[in-house]
Amino acid sequence: MAVLIAFLAIPFLAAIGLSLTNQRFVSPLPTRFVGLENYTRILEDPRFIHALTNNVVFALIVPAAQTTLGLGLALMVNQRLPGISIFRAIYFAPVVMVLTVVAVVWRLMLAQSGLINAGIGVFSGGSFQLNWLHDPHLAFPAIMIMSIWQNVGFQMILLLAGLQAIPAELYEAGRVDGANAFRQFWHITLPGMRNTLVFVLTVSMISSFSLFDQPYVMTGGGPLDATQTMMLLMVQVGFDEERIGEASAIAVIFFIFVLALALIAQRVGRQRGEMG
Amino acid sequence: MMPGPRRDRIVGLIVSYALLISVAAVFLVPLLFMLVASLKPDLDVLAESNSLKAFWPGRLENNYFEAFITSDFTRIFLNSVIITGSVVALGTLINSMAGYALAWVPFKGQRLVLAFVVAMYIVPFQAVAIPLLLFFSGVQIVDTYLVQIIPFIASPFFIYLFYSFFLDLPKELFEAARIDGAGIVRSYVSIALPLIKPALATSAILSFLLIWGGLFWPVMVTRTEASRPITVGLSQVAGMLPTQWGDIMAMSVAISAPILIVFLIFQPAFIRSIASSGLKG
Repeated sequence: MAVLIAFLAIPFLAAIGLSLTNQRFVSPLPTRFVGLENYTRILEDPRFIHALTNNVVFALIVPAAQTTLGLGLALMVNQRLPGISIFRAIYFAPVVMVLTVVAVVWRLMLAQSGLINAGIGVFSGGSFQLNWLHDPHLAFPAIMIMSIWQNVGFQMILLLAGLQAIPAELYEAGRVDGANAFRQFWHITLPGMRNTLVFVLTVSMISSFSLFDQPYVMTGGGPLDATQTMMLLMVQVGFDEERIGEASAIAVIFFIFVLALALIAQRVGRQRGEMG
Repeated sequence: MMPGPRRDRIVGLIVSYALLISVAAVFLVPLLFMLVASLKPDLDVLAESNSLKAFWPGRLENNYFEAFITSDFTRIFLNSVIITGSVVALGTLINSMAGYALAWVPFKGQRLVLAFVVAMYIVPFQAVAIPLLLFFSGVQIVDTYLVQIIPFIASPFFIYLFYSFFLDLPKELFEAARIDGAGIVRSYVSIALPLIKPALATSAILSFLLIWGGLFWPVMVTRTEASRPITVGLSQVAGMLPTQWGDIMAMSVAISAPILIVFLIFQPAFIRSIASSGLKG
């Protein structure tokens, strides 16, 4: 327990404290209290605006896409077919991969003369030379697509458990009433999955704010801060530029987002009955 | 001519499998691409990556030999093995002991401690990373194994996981053990632990994945190859020009292989464990 206090509780209070001082790593000046100066400076930093915008965009798009596609995959692997567990394992495999490795492989695939452009070319009949990771308009979408691919199997597994928890009698009753597959999905599957869907969505939204590995490996936050994220910026400001106060301010803002989402998730969960 | 319903069933099966297989291709292609590229000379990797040759090794080159023998990748790989092994072993031990104490060893302030553990679960590691970095620089143990092990041993998530597993065990079990003269330690080791194997597996699998693949903290606390883990090593090699894609892909395969093999063997336990967490996004 002492360890928990030492490595979580105290550092967290320290982060709040540090965010109010001008602490540097090595500095000739003594550390002094500067009030909210770090916060105003961070909020005026264009890099932080980029980072925050990207995190919010990621949190709005990626979890929703993953949950939708994950539900599709869950329905597919929920069929009683020989060999279905092999497909389940294949769809899940990227989740257990090391994110750094996935990011490096995708960097190569996203090269201008790489596999992804060639693949798009085959399916559209044209020749594509998109410079994914060096184009400010494409770099962050590329990271989002990669992230959806990498973690959709996680959503699939959670949603599959939700699917299997719906009593079979409900579907039988639906069939007796003459409901077709679509109506069964709309009136039985979706309502029965509501808690699982909300849970999956919020868990992914919370982790959206700690996005770090993908931009660190694939773009370094560039081009022109197009792939900057709060955690990447925190490392750059705190570690590379050694401005501890401002980095701590980012940490506190990051935590406020995570806490707010967690509280909303809890409230929604309570309203809807019990939740995982 | 086949009768109608039977023919419909067969058509349905073909459609199902066609869909399953084409989606499987989306997930397998990058992995296959990585594996094939790891066997090619550096220049061929990029040059052939926009054609079907991407999936066929033409000229072969032993990038694995180059990566493991002639670079410091072996050292970095061993670093990761030691760091990950330590966190998995110590973390599982400490967190299961804490969970056991909270569930079955009455002590003063127990409820308060439990509430504290639950509250700490919400604090993400990233939020405390900067003060921790400052602290570890202060006591001068950056760029060591220790700095990569210590912060990850105690975890509120795992303590709570063990706590809830232990709590589900029947009370009579421990009363019987007490009557037989077993102390706290004996009933923890020989009665409680063997009954919560799924929790032990979950703890081991999740902390293995988290530490083996962790990049964020090592980026800040490692400087040299004496302590650098595989993730930082790989991202550094991938950042150097000219990019040695063959070697990089060989390292990527070497990093992924242990996980994929364990995953294929213990697939149900793996999937169950990850489903019980909000591991990563």
